[in-house]
Amino acid sequence: MEAEPILRAQGLVKHFPVTQGMLWTTVVGWVKAVDGISFSIQPGQTLAIVGESGCGKTTTAKLILRLEEPTSGEVFVDGKDVHALNGDALKEYRTSVQAVFQDPWSSLSPRMRVQEIVAEPLVVNRGVSAQEVKGRVAEILSRVGLRPEQAKLYPHEFSGGQRQRIAVASALVSDPKLIILDEPVSALDVSIRAQIMNLLVDLQKQYGVSYLLIAHHLATTRYMAHEVAVMYLGKIVERAKTEELFKNPAHPYTKALFSAALPAHPDIVREEIILSGEVPSPINPPSGCRFHPRCPFVMPQCSEIEPEEKALVPGHTVACHLY
Amino acid sequence: MPRQIGDVILEVEDLHTYCFTRWGVVKAVDGVSFSLREGEALGIVGESGCGKTMTALSLLRLVPRPVARIIKGKIVLEGENLLEKSEREMRAIRGRRISMILQDPQTSLNPVFTIGNQLIEAIQIHHRDGHRSLVRRAIDGLKQVRVAAPERRVQDYPHQISGGMKQRVVGAIAISCEPRVIIADEPTTSLDVTIQAQYLRLLREIQEETNLALIFITHDFGIVAKMCDRVMVMYAGRAVESGPVREIFNHPSHPYTQALLNSVPTMDERVERLYSITGQPPALWDLPVGCRFEARCPQADDHCRRQYPPSFTVGEGHTADCWRLE
Repeated sequence: MEAEPILRAQGLVKHFPVTQGMLWTTVVGWVKAVDGISFSIQPGQTLAIVGESGCGKTTTAKLILRLEEPTSGEVFVDGKDVHALNGDALKEYRTSVQAVFQDPWSSLSPRMRVQEIVAEPLVVNRGVSAQEVKGRVAEILSRVGLRPEQAKLYPHEFSGGQRQRIAVASALVSDPKLIILDEPVSALDVSIRAQIMNLLVDLQKQYGVSYLLIAHHLATTRYMAHEVAVMYLGKIVERAKTEELFKNPAHPYTKALFSAALPAHPDIVREEIILSGEVPSPINPPSGCRFHPRCPFVMPQCSEIEPEEKALVPGHTVACHLY
Repeated sequence: MPRQIGDVILEVEDLHTYCFTRWGVVKAVDGVSFSLREGEALGIVGESGCGKTMTALSLLRLVPRPVARIIKGKIVLEGENLLEKSEREMRAIRGRRISMILQDPQTSLNPVFTIGNQLIEAIQIHHRDGHRSLVRRAIDGLKQVRVAAPERRVQDYPHQISGGMKQRVVGAIAISCEPRVIIADEPTTSLDVTIQAQYLRLLREIQEETNLALIFITHDFGIVAKMCDRVMVMYAGRAVESGPVREIFNHPSHPYTQALLNSVPTMDERVERLYSITGQPPALWDLPVGCRFEARCPQADDHCRRQYPPSFTVGEGHTADCWRLE
């Protein structure tokens, strides 16, 4: 029996209006950024959302962080509907869900000292005493591999990898239940990436925090995630435990994505599935299955009927008419 | 037609490119030598600040002046030393005999000119011709990089086309004058995975059609594994290891290469724990006298601290700079 999930998203939809005109704006269409997705994350586990740009993975993260209101659907964290929270419950929510962003050069304020950056979630939402804050910051900095005395410095005095450590420290300081990692290593150098990935994996074991990892790099997700959801144009097309997905990818898009990934050795020759064309516009996504115009296995019903999510084996679902 | 690896077309010998900044002399490229054959693909791998882009810019003599200067060395392209050419002669060589694809198509295309205009600009430098035939050449160029409906595309502005298409246009400009050598500086880092696969296949096809020599500047060993015949690994301004691609993957000999290969997760198998290199590369204006990787190297000893190692041969065409190989 699985434990109560830390995060559960149910039929999440986010449509952005496309408007025309300056004074009398009229809505001429909708960008269907996220179009009915459901997923959950177990405590202490990592769910990765992979997909190409424009597939809706960042919008999903924003919906969970309450930076966007969903058009419909719900997000439950710890059993509470996130978008219905207010007052103290909302404050508490904001400390229990944190985020680490891609670019540590723009995500840290250049005018704040590390001490202030790291302490911010505590000061803003919890009102902890100054003495306590200081001790907590020192402790968390040493946990992420920095020295407590570096708290006095400004972000520009650190390298990229160290800045990302500061961002991780700031996300972790309020003992969150869930951290959203939005491409946490893609802006870093190769030799630094491994440091940060190992740090994140270690911290998860230590603190039991859950991660929602947003990534486009498949190898990163294989290393860090317990479960992977593949998104295409606002839909989750396939979802499975990491090992299962990498061994038996089922959806043609997942297969194409895997075959496009660069090999780790010159002798690894992948079956080449090169997709024609590019991801269509989410304003008027294709009818039926959204992948059908690029799919190498397209069938007549694909353009008419939207495929339902089906379970291949327990825990491995795919939305495709082939199954 | 399969590629045929022919004669040496480009030979770089002991290249030094320094930047003179207010912090001191930055030794961006500090004694790099390599050669490139017709039809061959060479990968130059390293992290940011290792000097790989500066090496590429030096080959075209496009280093940012007055800060950076090529101090010494030789760049011999088809028997001629490019460092002895005048600026005017260089202009006839760039694009025509050696050309470059830059990393970011968003910034390497001019937003206020049409794609056709920008292609024609490149072609015009080397071919004096009437407007109509220049346009035809531009359309042919787009056809060569498999752009659909090239007749209409030449009238589009860069903002009207997608990122993958822009990178194709940049590629079309690079190959429009049939150069013998193309340097691709991180050509796919700004592209999505499936678009990257399309683009790499396109480059491979063009290479097979024209037998040109390609240099890939990248931080990604995956691109090297997929596209290259030989690799040169750079660290802090020096080439620390170079050799045939399989040799390097099967028997990496420099501790830095070994560490880099072990620190990259793969999607082909489950890795329990990634190797991580501690610390950071040294500052290029304050380099140690000994081996530059010494401070991060798990096997370093006193010898490494005192003296920079020479290149030792470890296999056929495979050399590495490390005292342990003595």
